[in-house]
Amino acid sequence: MTTVVIQTIGRILVPFIQLFGLYVIIHGPVSPGGGFQGGVIVGASMILLALSYDLSSAEARASHKVRIAMDSTGALLFAGIGLVALLAGGFFLEYGIIPLPMAPAEVRGIFILLVGVAIGIHIMALAASLFLHLAEEHEI
Amino acid sequence: MRFEFIAVNFPYFVSVALLLVGLYAMIVRKNLIKKIMGLNIFSTSVLFFLIAAGYKEGGAPPIRVPGIEVYVNPLPHALVLTGIVVALALTTFALALVIKIYKEYGTIDSDKL
Amino acid sequence: MIKQVASLIVLLGIGIILTMAVIDMPAFGDPEAPAHRHVAPRYIALAEEETGVTNMVTAILADYRGYDTLGELTVIFAAGAAVLSLLGSKHE
Repeated sequence: MTTVVIQTIGRILVPFIQLFGLYVIIHGPVSPGGGFQGGVIVGASMILLALSYDLSSAEARASHKVRIAMDSTGALLFAGIGLVALLAGGFFLEYGIIPLPMAPAEVRGIFILLVGVAIGIHIMALAASLFLHLAEEHEI
Repeated sequence: MRFEFIAVNFPYFVSVALLLVGLYAMIVRKNLIKKIMGLNIFSTSVLFFLIAAGYKEGGAPPIRVPGIEVYVNPLPHALVLTGIVVALALTTFALALVIKIYKEYGTIDSDKL
Repeated sequence: MIKQVASLIVLLGIGIILTMAVIDMPAFGDPEAPAHRHVAPRYIALAEEETGVTNMVTAILADYRGYDTLGELTVIFAAGAAVLSLLGSKHE
């Protein structure tokens, strides 16, 4: 049972929650947070939308195909970053060996950020996906 | 004499109590959803134990700030993050199985299945 | 009823064993505990220097133990695929 108060508050809050989630993902290397936490926050904004309106309005903003695509993209991005290190001649996920024009420590920092973004993309799609699939109406 | 250990290691005893609560819910409750809640309490107790084991007296959060030298152990934090995500995956899969069981049998009481 | 009593006895046994184990733990917050002397000091001392990242937890998660995190991502990806294959018949 949703009322107009819940709907308005939810609609106003959703973009701020998503912005905060992206902030947490991007600032993972320098402040508390990271891909998992920020991804769950962004996914929770979709859950708030589904609870305050209904499932179909959340489904309209993040459809099944988009969620599956983001989910697979995140996992593939992480594995691909590992393979880049392999191609550069190092071990799997050894970022320091990747030949970029800066110090190895900075290269590692950049790739840690990229891995965080990949995890965030994966988790934000998955958190919304799991809730929407568990909550949708099942014919009994 | 033995009781001063309880005061010193209080978080560990809280973790043991939480673990027993979760185990009790998993064993005694008939409702499958309540069993899953017990599983969650159980995993929370284990994660709490790990985080408590990583604490250092007077340690700062493990984010390097100039001028601070004592940090808590960052390794349990990373492992617990992994553990939380695996617990989430386990919980959602269990809930999906419960939904399928309810569709198939019309009940989530483990005695009537 | 007999089942509840039996499970309570089992729980009591487990509780006594765990309490005995916990009594022998190092004191809470002891900086010299074995857990803080093995590999953690290296992470704390060198994480920023080696990875250029101030958050040590992120450095451990994404760099030192990146393979672990990839496995974790695989686990939750598999869980999502399992939930979809169990419940997602509507979206075919």
